Amino acid sequence: MKRTANLISGQLKKYDPLQLSSYEALDGFAALKKAFELGSDGIIEEVDASGLMGRGGAAYPTGKKLRQSADVPGEIKYLICNADEGEPATFKDRHLLEFDPYSIIEGMVISAYAAGATHGFIYIREEYLYLHDMLRQVLALLREGGYLGTNILGKGFDFDIELFSGAGAYICGEGSSLIESMEGKSGRPRIKPPYTKVSGLNKKPTLVQNVETLTTIKSVLYHGSDVFLKYGTEKSHGTKLISLCGNVNNPGVYEVPFGITLREIIYDIGGGIKSGEDVKFLQLGGASGAIMPKSLIDIPYSYESLKEHGLEIGSGAVLVADNTNRIIDFLDSVQTFFLHESCGKCTPCREGNRQLSNIIGRMKDGVATNQDAASVERISNIMKYASFCGLGKTAPTAVLTAIRYFSDELFSKGDVYERV
Amino acid sequence: MMQLDTLFEQVESIVEKYGRERSNLLAILSEAQDLVAHNYIPEEMAEFIACGMCIPTSQVYEVITFYGLLSEVPRGRHIVQICDSTVCRLNKNTSLGEVLERQLGIKIGTTSDDGEVTLEYTPCFGACDISPAIRVDKKVYGNLTEEKLRRVINQTVGGRKA
Amino acid sequence: MKECKVVIDNKELVVESGITILEAAKKANINIPTLCHHPAQEVKANCRICLVQTGPEKLVTACSTPIYDGMNIKTNSKLVRETQKGVLELILANHNQDCLRCIRNGKCELQDLCEMFNISRADIGEVALCDVTVDSQPMDLSNPSIVRDYSKCIKCNRCVETCLNVQDAAVLAASHRSIDYTIQPAFGKSLDKTLCTYCGQCINVCPVGAIYEKDYIDTVWDALDNPDLHVVVQMAPAVRVAIGEEFGMEPGTNVTGKIVASLRRIGFDNVFDTNFTADLTILEEGYELLNRIKNGGKLPMVTSCSPGWINYMEGFYPDLIDNMSTCKSPQQMFGSLSKTYYAEKVNIHPSKIFTVSIMPCTAKKYEAQRPEMNSYGVIDVNAVLTTRELARMIKMSGVDFPTISEEQFDDPFGITTGAAVIFGATGGVMEAALRTVYEVVTGEELEAIDFHEVRGLEGIKAAEVDLAGTTVKVGVANGLANAKKLMRDVRLGKSDFTFIEIMACPGGCIGGGGQPISRDPDIKEKRIKGIYGIDRHKVLRKSHENPAIKKLYDDFLGEPNGHKSHELLHTHYTPRPGSRIKL
Repeated sequence: MKRTANLISGQLKKYDPLQLSSYEALDGFAALKKAFELGSDGIIEEVDASGLMGRGGAAYPTGKKLRQSADVPGEIKYLICNADEGEPATFKDRHLLEFDPYSIIEGMVISAYAAGATHGFIYIREEYLYLHDMLRQVLALLREGGYLGTNILGKGFDFDIELFSGAGAYICGEGSSLIESMEGKSGRPRIKPPYTKVSGLNKKPTLVQNVETLTTIKSVLYHGSDVFLKYGTEKSHGTKLISLCGNVNNPGVYEVPFGITLREIIYDIGGGIKSGEDVKFLQLGGASGAIMPKSLIDIPYSYESLKEHGLEIGSGAVLVADNTNRIIDFLDSVQTFFLHESCGKCTPCREGNRQLSNIIGRMKDGVATNQDAASVERISNIMKYASFCGLGKTAPTAVLTAIRYFSDELFSKGDVYERV
Repeated sequence: MMQLDTLFEQVESIVEKYGRERSNLLAILSEAQDLVAHNYIPEEMAEFIACGMCIPTSQVYEVITFYGLLSEVPRGRHIVQICDSTVCRLNKNTSLGEVLERQLGIKIGTTSDDGEVTLEYTPCFGACDISPAIRVDKKVYGNLTEEKLRRVINQTVGGRKA
Repeated sequence: MKECKVVIDNKELVVESGITILEAAKKANINIPTLCHHPAQEVKANCRICLVQTGPEKLVTACSTPIYDGMNIKTNSKLVRETQKGVLELILANHNQDCLRCIRNGKCELQDLCEMFNISRADIGEVALCDVTVDSQPMDLSNPSIVRDYSKCIKCNRCVETCLNVQDAAVLAASHRSIDYTIQPAFGKSLDKTLCTYCGQCINVCPVGAIYEKDYIDTVWDALDNPDLHVVVQMAPAVRVAIGEEFGMEPGTNVTGKIVASLRRIGFDNVFDTNFTADLTILEEGYELLNRIKNGGKLPMVTSCSPGWINYMEGFYPDLIDNMSTCKSPQQMFGSLSKTYYAEKVNIHPSKIFTVSIMPCTAKKYEAQRPEMNSYGVIDVNAVLTTRELARMIKMSGVDFPTISEEQFDDPFGITTGAAVIFGATGGVMEAALRTVYEVVTGEELEAIDFHEVRGLEGIKAAEVDLAGTTVKVGVANGLANAKKLMRDVRLGKSDFTFIEIMACPGGCIGGGGQPISRDPDIKEKRIKGIYGIDRHKVLRKSHENPAIKKLYDDFLGEPNGHKSHELLHTHYTPRPGSRIKL
């Protein structure tokens, strides 16, 4: 199997975003033209056939999501590109935004056409400030070029896109929080139902899609779904952008076919461990991802194989840690993150994170008690089952999987505590 | 801080530029904060914006305190942020922290007495491929060695007595 | 209506589609425990107590999840019970544990849950699931009316919603994130630095002891214990149909006589009725209105007996101060008379008279302390107790309230009319005023005494009255969000009302911030029924027929709106610091 591919990432760094013509010269907008010919149903069928699933982390089947949006009636319908990319160890969207913005936007127009959206936004995190002006210029160029605005390419389709900047909150990567923030409020998630596809921005039907999902939609239309099906595994079709980082020699964004093993990712693509030490564990999918022990690095990187072991693709982050790291220190870094980013409104996440931070802090410093050892799993489960939104529900994932795979290291006899 | 009435004039222009719809609140607060040398939103300014946009002050305050970009308390003229999330910790951000504390003469999580610089930990800002990374006045610097770090600080925050 | 078949705890049910699991469970006679949920408010789903299981490993909140056909719900599976209890323990871990010293001891929704979930000593505290840490912001004791205790707040957001949507003051909001998340005014100010109206509606919805009235019981005991002081007490109309609830009696029961008896047992020198000065207010305000109509004065005229409304007006509509009636509230008119007319009558120096009032209202505490509320330098009302405080004081005295024999008010302030008692209900002041104004203007007897159009819980009510050929339109609003609607029209010159009654509290004073706290959605209706019941059984039902009022004018005041009245019974208003014009 080829170790990297370029179905999605083929255009990265191949043109100058401030020169529309340089993208056009690369067969730019061919996918869009094809999309107009296929029509809404045709687009959705192609996306369905490709097996594409949401690349922000939730892995919801994209074709199904487009169809659901298309089915919601409404004179005003929004499409929001979620470029908030706040998940630690994830930076693939940043690369796409910086080095191939036109593909993303082309994907937006295709999506909007399929779903019947009338207005578009790119919600970009404020920490990517260095890209804001460039993207505004790109949008202006696209308007001038007739690819945005009224009667796009003479096909009678009106759609324009505005840039909206976030203001520093990981939770705003969650769809309803993102929308709250666009309405000028604090970004605390909304109760569902109603789902944002029915009642979202300004209570209008709203489709929120990840940057990579949008660019992949364009790629699917461009290459054809059959090309995608040549890569991947039985249930995970095509290719995925991974953000490889941590203690490897070659951190970066890579497009890999599903089914590649983690070993190949770490050693063949990542160039192995920088320090020369052995790999100890991985965290897949970001800070909300599961801890994967070294013993599993030969499993295929696919939705179904990972799921068997309680792991997930998530955002596509592949964080590699060598054995100079203690698990408990790593858990502390995860916990610090969630303590900072919890929106605070629901009891399990707010109070659970408070308690977990205290306990993990004590474990890190070697002063935890037997009760702490018993509590850490229980509190994590309360958060997992009772939290209002995905942040609280997945914040304890690292802790729970670490307990599963690294119990001995976390709860060793002879330390202050033992597992109760 | 510049005279309040001058400040208010400028804030009013910002509000007019974006429009008084509530959806513009984040952008307005962000730009208004940039007017203030110590990178925060004074209470009077928050009241002024609240009045001008017909939003209860308590809700404007909620927004200010919710988002990491905005601050209700004065900070340094320069803000130096060290990423403290998973990848950067694996890549030993602690040594960066130590260098910065020595170079700036303040502890992480504090602002210097002269109000020139704030040094703080911050969560992941997506620079994991060039980890360990810092932000100085919203600009990202990665692949840092001690030498490079010193140069960056000298160029941005300026020379300081340790 | 579409129907759904669901199974709840092994019971099959057919219910209408679109309702929540919480509502569906009620139909199966199952009360899923809740905490942040409030029947009169939007669903919040932030406490996470009302969890139920709808699939393997899947828990959802019952308050916010609609049922669908074929849903199988378990409200007490092992996963539900363990998770619910864990959520409760997490709440308790950040909650002040000193129940014995809490004002809501025994009346607290969190305590109810602890009992329901069988929380024991071992579950919380040192040998516990979690550390107990309590938010450490200092208590807000800044103002005369309302106390806020951060160590007890469970962040349900009920107060936020009430302050924003019902009372339109938006003083309280959530702020910060994560463990710093807290409910507070902007910039963490104490309430006295905000435009809080002190209406106390936040208190009425708080499930725990995080917001409550400032307690003046000890101040009153001190006065009663002081042999140098002559202590008198007045009682508002709304108290007498509600205080019985604190002793297990039906809401709306008229317990006036029992209150009077209890007050005598407690040791007040004289027990009077605020209704007396309510009648007086009608005389003063009625003539004030007629004067404005006749002489081109500022119209519409707006009532001024609700201090929550006054605070709101001074904060957000200071440009409309001239529309306000200059009449003091009945509480303050009484206070003023107690230090002048009454002092003369009993030959006691006003500085030795300590006047207490029993009110359904927390804003009255603020009103009593307004610097202008004094007569020749002596404060008019020395202390205000809410209905809840009086109930506690009666219990403290050992009085067996439900069985105590009834007693009568003292003279000269004991004779009152039905028009006075209806002040306690929204529309009551308006109706009382119309009963008098009609007869004064037309010179005819008013046969249709009951003005039903201004009664009831509707936010805004209106009526038209024919006064000797002129049609006069009157408006009534209760709840400040509704007041806003009327006042906006007044500001824009679009109001076609001549006279407007505004009560800050929904339902009027019977729903005041000092009344017994109840989750019965019909409580206001029951109390209102009690009020109009008393009115119906009164011999005298129009304020100007009150012989004691006539005597007061003859002996002391002269005539309505005369010089003496203006000195003692009228007041003025000022914009509050930080007031902002509300659009």
